[in-house]
Amino acid sequence: MNEVILEVNNLGIDFCIEDRVIPAVDGVGFSLLKGETLGIVGESGCGKSVTALSIMRLLQMPPARISKGEILFKGENLLRKSDEEMRRIRGRDISMIFQEPMTSLNPVFTIGQQISEIFMQHQDLPKKEALSRSAEMLRMVRIPMPEKALKQYPHQLSGGMRQRVMIAMALACQPELVIADEPTTALDVTVEAQILDLIHELKDRINTAVIFISHDLGIVAEVADRVAVMYSGRIVEYGAVCTVFNEPKHPYTKGLLDAIPDIGMSRNKRLREIRGVVPYPDEIKNGCRFKTRCDYVRNKCISKEPPLLQLGTGLVRCWNCL
Amino acid sequence: MLKYIAKRIILMIPVLILMTLIVFAIFYFAPGDPVSRIAGPNVTQEVYESIQRKYGLDQPFIVQYHRFIRSVAEGDLGISILQHRPVIEMIKERLPVTLQIGLLGFVITFVIAVPAGVIAAVKKNTAFDYLCMSGTLLGIAIPTFWLGMLLLYVFAYKLRWFPISGDGSLRQLILPGFAIGLTNAAITARMVRSSMLDVLKQDYVRTARSKGLYEKAVVYRHALKNALIPIITLMGLRLGWILGGSVALEIIFSIPGLGRLMVDSILSRDFPVVQGAMMVLTSSIILANVLADILYAVVDPRIKYG
Ligand SMILES: Nc1ncnc2c1ncn2[C@@H]1O[C@H](COP(=O)(O)OP(=O)(O)OP(=O)(O)O)[C@@H](O)[C@H]1O
Ligand SMILES: [Mg+2]
Repeated sequence: MNEVILEVNNLGIDFCIEDRVIPAVDGVGFSLLKGETLGIVGESGCGKSVTALSIMRLLQMPPARISKGEILFKGENLLRKSDEEMRRIRGRDISMIFQEPMTSLNPVFTIGQQISEIFMQHQDLPKKEALSRSAEMLRMVRIPMPEKALKQYPHQLSGGMRQRVMIAMALACQPELVIADEPTTALDVTVEAQILDLIHELKDRINTAVIFISHDLGIVAEVADRVAVMYSGRIVEYGAVCTVFNEPKHPYTKGLLDAIPDIGMSRNKRLREIRGVVPYPDEIKNGCRFKTRCDYVRNKCISKEPPLLQLGTGLVRCWNCL
Repeated sequence: MLKYIAKRIILMIPVLILMTLIVFAIFYFAPGDPVSRIAGPNVTQEVYESIQRKYGLDQPFIVQYHRFIRSVAEGDLGISILQHRPVIEMIKERLPVTLQIGLLGFVITFVIAVPAGVIAAVKKNTAFDYLCMSGTLLGIAIPTFWLGMLLLYVFAYKLRWFPISGDGSLRQLILPGFAIGLTNAAITARMVRSSMLDVLKQDYVRTARSKGLYEKAVVYRHALKNALIPIITLMGLRLGWILGGSVALEIIFSIPGLGRLMVDSILSRDFPVVQGAMMVLTSSIILANVLADILYAVVDPRIKYG
């Protein structure tokens, strides 16, 4: 049961734009056991999607470039695979749910065509059987009247329904790893709760490992076993979800937690926010990436970047925690 | 869907009526006396008046137009002054040749432009892309009639693969078909390329890749179907251009088509024929645009039928 399914080591991704090299991801590493859920949190632009897409090898190269590191899926480095080998893995062993349900489905094909082509591609099913399997998938993600939905086009469905279709597509071949990149960010709160429940339930049912990406630490706390907090292309804190949630160590994690609204919170108490904005990846050349926004910044933080070090059961990248 | 098609066709009727009004008005208000066009300049007063009465030329505009549109509705486009034959018959003889050139031009356009545009988009900024794009630039810069003359010189006069002038046989239509097809393909290929580049950036193309489909299926199924939507409208609009180009080519290749008939009739002041040919040409352009609209709705399910 404790088989490692995915291991990312020291991953670095640059964007080469004109003659500038922008390190969007630098030295990211994490690992995922079979059936486990890893949450990745961080503000917009910290490199979550880029990391996810690099695992699928779906980054546009150029402008993107893998500068270092390895991505081991069941012990094999995906970065060394040929395009054809990678194609066979995508959709069958690793699949992805995208951030934008409104634009992620092809507007000119029916839902049935878009799901069934996965079965036809990876399992060589004839069209008819692929369609009935697709209906099954739609029933599984609780789309009412699956047979009718098969014949519908994306624009005839709501955002929540489209995201269910995306989930159905991602789970079609019962992959061993599903990457969900902010699957609920574009949805309203009630639909978000339904989708989260659905992901939770289906994940247990087919026992797949999940990378759940979100900018909302609260949501990640609900679904994940472990969590990696990212800031400006780096992991700043990594550990079991309850530890990170209950005893955050990095000032950035603390800030994120303070920014979550709380039902019991009194009305006149203002939500705490992290001051400032995420720096552009190549803005800060030396020292800690968080130094421009940190309340505890010291001399050392300005000149030298802290390493990611073991602290208790987790990892933290902060001079103050050592 | 059937309702949508019916609606498009019904909506075509007022456009056609407006077109007949414009064509009729052009000839009504054209300088020159219609009676002397028919009978020549030196006629006696009686003959003059009898012709005027025979053709109803002494009636006011609205009465004349009414009579005109009624006979058009019955398929009667008048009598040629020169040949004393029904205009509709003369057009029927000439139309197929023009349509064949147009159709051939269309097919050549598609066969060249779609693959070239798609491959140039997929291999953006490679040698193939640059070659294609400079080729299309050349194609846009060259006028159709000039390319026609070039093809005529090289393939008919020098190489003698095709007859130099002729009879309207299919073989003779190949060169003008290519002249239209090649120049039209140039601008279409550029459109396909830019439409394709736009589509390839879309999220749903990334989704298609994430499903592990063959790259061919991603490009030619998922992307191309979307990229063709704006091209269909463009093609409908280009038809007028194609038919216009055909007029010039029919002269160069001395092919007895509708364009040739029109030009000859203009030169010999055979106005009923010009009028009839003009109406047939414009109607076919209107019809083509309606067809493009219908095709558009077939390809893009987001178009509301109604
Ligand atoms: N195509 C690209 N060209 C140049 N830079 C890019 C490109 N895609 C991403 N980046 C850079 O990579 C960084 C990380 O982007 P990424 O999309 O991974 O952020 P994210 O964490 O997913 O944010 P969000 O929450 O908004 O989805 C950004 O700062 C951006 O500048
Ligand atoms: Mg993102």
